[in-house]
Amino acid sequence: MLQNVNLLQVKGVKKHYPITRGLLRRQVGVVKAVDGVDLDIKRGETLGLVGESGCGKSTLGRVILGLEPPTEGEVFFDGQNVSSIKGEQLHQLRRRMQVIFQDPYSSLNPRRTVGKTIAEGMIIHDIGTSAERAERVREIMEVVGLRPEQINRYPHEFSGGQRQRIGIARALAINPDLLICDEPLSALDVSIQAQVINLLEDLQEKFQLTYLFISHDLSVVRHISDRVAVMYLGQLVEMAETEELFQNPKHPYTRALLDAVPVMDPDGAKERRKLGAEADAPILPDLCLFQPRCPQSMPDCAQSAPELIEVAPSHWVKCLAYDQAGTPKS
Amino acid sequence: MAEALLEVRNLKTYFLTEAGTARAVDSVSFSISERQVIGIVGESGCGKSVTALSIMRLIPPPGIIAGGEMLFGGKNLLGLPEREMESVRGNEISMIFQEPMTSLNPVFRIGEQISEVLLRHKPISKKEAAEQTLRLLRQVGIPSPEIRVREYPHKMSGGMRQRAMIAMAIACKPRLIIADEPTTALDVTIQSQILALLDMLRETEGMAILLITHDLGVIAEMAEEVLVMYTGRVVEHARVKELFKNPLHPYTQGLMRSVPGREGRGKKRLEAIPGVVPSLLALPLGCKFNTRCPYSFDRCFREEPPLAAPEGGHPVRCWLY
Repeated sequence: MLQNVNLLQVKGVKKHYPITRGLLRRQVGVVKAVDGVDLDIKRGETLGLVGESGCGKSTLGRVILGLEPPTEGEVFFDGQNVSSIKGEQLHQLRRRMQVIFQDPYSSLNPRRTVGKTIAEGMIIHDIGTSAERAERVREIMEVVGLRPEQINRYPHEFSGGQRQRIGIARALAINPDLLICDEPLSALDVSIQAQVINLLEDLQEKFQLTYLFISHDLSVVRHISDRVAVMYLGQLVEMAETEELFQNPKHPYTRALLDAVPVMDPDGAKERRKLGAEADAPILPDLCLFQPRCPQSMPDCAQSAPELIEVAPSHWVKCLAYDQAGTPKS
Repeated sequence: MAEALLEVRNLKTYFLTEAGTARAVDSVSFSISERQVIGIVGESGCGKSVTALSIMRLIPPPGIIAGGEMLFGGKNLLGLPEREMESVRGNEISMIFQEPMTSLNPVFRIGEQISEVLLRHKPISKKEAAEQTLRLLRQVGIPSPEIRVREYPHKMSGGMRQRAMIAMAIACKPRLIIADEPTTALDVTIQSQILALLDMLRETEGMAILLITHDLGVIAEMAEEVLVMYTGRVVEHARVKELFKNPLHPYTQGLMRSVPGREGRGKKRLEAIPGVVPSLLALPLGCKFNTRCPYSFDRCFREEPPLAAPEGGHPVRCWLY
């Protein structure tokens, strides 16, 4: 089979949820959780997806996994259209895409032993005999830094960091190609966070994994990602190589986001770019969604919506302040 | 320095569980003056929130305050009858919690909840309370307060709820605000607005703030002085600038190195602190950090180091100094 350079391609994906009201569930509106997202992830790459709560980053993850059908657009995994295939083919594809969740407390079944939890994927995909599976479970436990003799323990006997290791082991047991990490560190203490970040990086190298790393934590994303995409209210507003994005952010939202992160330097009292309070002003669907809060909005912003354009090599921005050449308009 | 507003001396808060006594706070001392921001930083279970609740005397059973003194404006809070303590809480000392959704009452309007605090502590009429509530909402930057005052908490966003919570906390012009992870549940852009608001209120109202957080960045931006806690103990106590310039305790150093993102990818592995925080019911002998410390030597396993300042340095609980 032809190997695609891009393991994952997301093309014009929209996910809209109807808002219904009343006995007849009449549709009175629509929530545009994801609204026209295009992105590619190369094999072996880590793409960081950042944005604040409600920006649609987790919904996008669910659409990619095929857990939610997109309202519009397509997701291709290794050349196959995730949203149109069904049955056995979809089952096969799912083996190659796994997910780890934010909360290691609610994402593990409290009544199932660690060994059973990790073996579950192999049973579903009918991999190996029961002895082979047990062997694989022990092996993968060791890889993620759990002791194989803990195989018959239950999740409550483990700390948060160890539970997240169980979640990672469960995802890795069936040899996936793509791992979607949805805020995998947010519930962990800083010192434990660092252990899990190191583990994820080691595993990527060892198994040539591709990561979609969804997070609201910019420092973590900066550390782990090759490229970063920034989402705001369901749309991508900026995407670039990690250091390019952090050193040379172009979209006013990205800049505000970077400025808002407190720095560990008491002398470096920063000039914060103040963002307008949360949008109390209505958001106009045909214009830039960030315009009501944007400190740099221009008269043009009330006229037309920006497109995502490439302003520098692989640096994409959705803002009217930049023209095709990537230079700010005066 | 001005006279201390609150002085906590050797505070001990224990939880008497069936499995044994968990010393959640073990001999913590610090003092805080007017307009000062003191930070307490540490990871889950280090005792930072229990310290806050102890000051408010809101420790739930099986917890008890087993010892120490807390002098607030000359009174020892620990000696006050419950009745007098009630007039301190929410009036002279108030508290802001992490999750405004769970600490606001969902079945009362925002305005009612703020007025209630005022009516409880001040000899004013309902009408006056309503007026002051509007003024408070405006002061904390809630747009169109005349409308918001009639709303229920679930109608507001997280940032707005936290503003409402702050309005309630400052309603009686307290002298001390205890903010327990006030921005942890919020997005970063909203976090920076809330921190700016707290700082502005400190300036204009002259309140002192005890800021409890796990985020060293928030400490660096807000606090003057900081206590680093681990397993119920203060392991380092310094002025903020000094702490970031010259962290002494191996735990503090490890925490700082664990924070990712200052350099790009692939440059360096993070220097994680190995292992996990020991259980309060099964603490090691000697220094409580000895199970995870890269520098530990034989003395660390025999004797617990005191919190003491080496020459020219700040107090630290470590045998290296």
